[in-house]
Amino acid sequence: MAERIPYHEADALPPSKGLFQERWDILKRNRMAYASFWFLIFLLALAVLGKVFTQAVVVFDPKVVRLSEKFLPPFTAFTSTLTPEEDAPVLGIYLLGTDELGRDVFARMLEGTSVSLTVGFVAVGISLTVGVFFGGLAGFYGRVKLGFLTVDTLIMRFVDIMLCFPTFFLILTVVALLPPSIYNIMIVIGLTSWMGTARFVRAEFLSLRDQDFVIAAKSQAIPEWRIIFVHMVPNAIAPVLVSATIGVATAILTESALSFLGFGVQPPDATWGNILSDGKTFLFDAPWLTFIPGFTILFVVLAFNLCGEGLREAFNPKLRSNP
Amino acid sequence: MINFIIRNIWQRIILLVFISIISHAIVHLAPGEPALVDPSNPRMKPEDIQLIRTAFHLDEPLHIQYVYWVTDLFSGELKSFKDNQPVLGKIWQRFLNSLPLFLIGTIITWFLAFPVGIRAALSRDSVFDRTSTFFSYALISIPGFFLSYLCIIFMVKTFDVPVIGMQTFGLEEAPLLFRSMDRIWHLTVPAMMSALAGTAVLSRYVRSQMLEVIHQDYIRTARAKGLPEDQVIYRHGLRNALLPFITMFGLTIPGLIGGSVIFETIFAWPGMGRLGYEAILARDFPVILTLNFISAVLVLLGTLVSDILYAVADPRIKF
Repeated sequence: MAERIPYHEADALPPSKGLFQERWDILKRNRMAYASFWFLIFLLALAVLGKVFTQAVVVFDPKVVRLSEKFLPPFTAFTSTLTPEEDAPVLGIYLLGTDELGRDVFARMLEGTSVSLTVGFVAVGISLTVGVFFGGLAGFYGRVKLGFLTVDTLIMRFVDIMLCFPTFFLILTVVALLPPSIYNIMIVIGLTSWMGTARFVRAEFLSLRDQDFVIAAKSQAIPEWRIIFVHMVPNAIAPVLVSATIGVATAILTESALSFLGFGVQPPDATWGNILSDGKTFLFDAPWLTFIPGFTILFVVLAFNLCGEGLREAFNPKLRSNP
Repeated sequence: MINFIIRNIWQRIILLVFISIISHAIVHLAPGEPALVDPSNPRMKPEDIQLIRTAFHLDEPLHIQYVYWVTDLFSGELKSFKDNQPVLGKIWQRFLNSLPLFLIGTIITWFLAFPVGIRAALSRDSVFDRTSTFFSYALISIPGFFLSYLCIIFMVKTFDVPVIGMQTFGLEEAPLLFRSMDRIWHLTVPAMMSALAGTAVLSRYVRSQMLEVIHQDYIRTARAKGLPEDQVIYRHGLRNALLPFITMFGLTIPGLIGGSVIFETIFAWPGMGRLGYEAILARDFPVILTLNFISAVLVLLGTLVSDILYAVADPRIKF
């Protein structure tokens, strides 16, 4: 460095960019990830709107059955004389056609948006909670002995055991044996995917627990749960949250695979997965019933994956492309 | 070395015991019983149900049932609830069907993923790199069964490839050559479909591994001493990049059961995944439990093999 900034002056200079701003700029440079990010924001808004317009203020009613209007291709105008006028779709047009019961596919997809995203987010929320809890316990109380085993051994062996189960087969078994309900699916997907988070949080905690700020907190007799959740978890959580983005994508895919086998979210609740698996029966007569939900899942999951990968790159300096 | 292996095997056996206990508990504690699958069957009287329950020890406490299951499993006398056939025989038969699908799928995966990943890493940020990255994300993101349906429409119309079952009906008496050709023809689409997602994931890993290795000092040294570029990349680079894949190879083995449920259902392939699916539908507890157990054994075996191979391949690892 040619000229040196005197110590006191350098101290007074604010950093040119905040930490978050810096990460954000890196994300912006990755155009695919940045576009995916805005797409996901739009999707969230759509999910909320969809929830409102299909449940609270019924503008698009996904449950109206019009048997005389079966299998209409997308963009068909409403011309039927058999169906009562109040069952007509909004604007008198079936934007995405109708299915085998004459239900409006657009309304069903809109309803499915919120349900599918809820499944994804709740499942990931559960897996994060369990993962952070067990990982934190193992990392913080690792040296405590219970009988002849340490807490760390106990928890990490349990993680190993959970990792040995064939995940999809286990999910299938439990979902099939339990009564079919959307909550069971979320819980089961969540409870079978927390192991990675737990391992990661434990590793972070092992390096955090001897750092000065933790020792300082301990010296002030702050309760241990507070040290863990207020002081340590925020320091370990960023990469976990990033990989959670990809977890949402996986959960949506798992739900659609379960739907395909007939164990997914049951009717009358619509999700992208069960619209797709119902539609596949009519692949040749009404291809839109397969293509619309199929490509929706593809694009949304793709957006989650690209956005998650972009965030991971932004938050992990080691992976950055041009150092 | 021997000590290392023995200690590893010992640890895994203990894990296996716990896995079997947990999976037994999960399956038996969940609501739903074999007798409840077909409640409308008029031939099922309460006495019959009671008879079945006694025959399969369903009235015993859970830990006694567990002991029955384990002793039956290891003496090979475990019977399926559904048709009273020995479970191990059933699974073995399905295993033989799943194996070629799995092997060919794995071979396709590895032979496609490595060239693509290496090329993408070497020509970083080129058109090839960007397209392959995009396509691998797309393949990871698409539901497997949706892609398979798209492919079925296209393949059947264009190439007339069979997509259902393992052999053409009425060809059972044909000479061995024709039968095996017919089998391979039936394998094409299912194997390709089950390989695609794996290829996408693996090629990403290969790419990031190669990228990491290429910036190492020893690659710069190799270049500096004037070695030809091919030798630098394939001798010095690829060999070092390969190490982590030993682990991945061990981890693909359990895909034999779990990964194949969807594809075997789509293509009506009578393999292990489908057996598991049918067993779940019929609440056939012995089959579900044994499949779970076998796949846990496969996972542990896979990690054991990869641990040993890793130790053999990488001299930096000490026992």
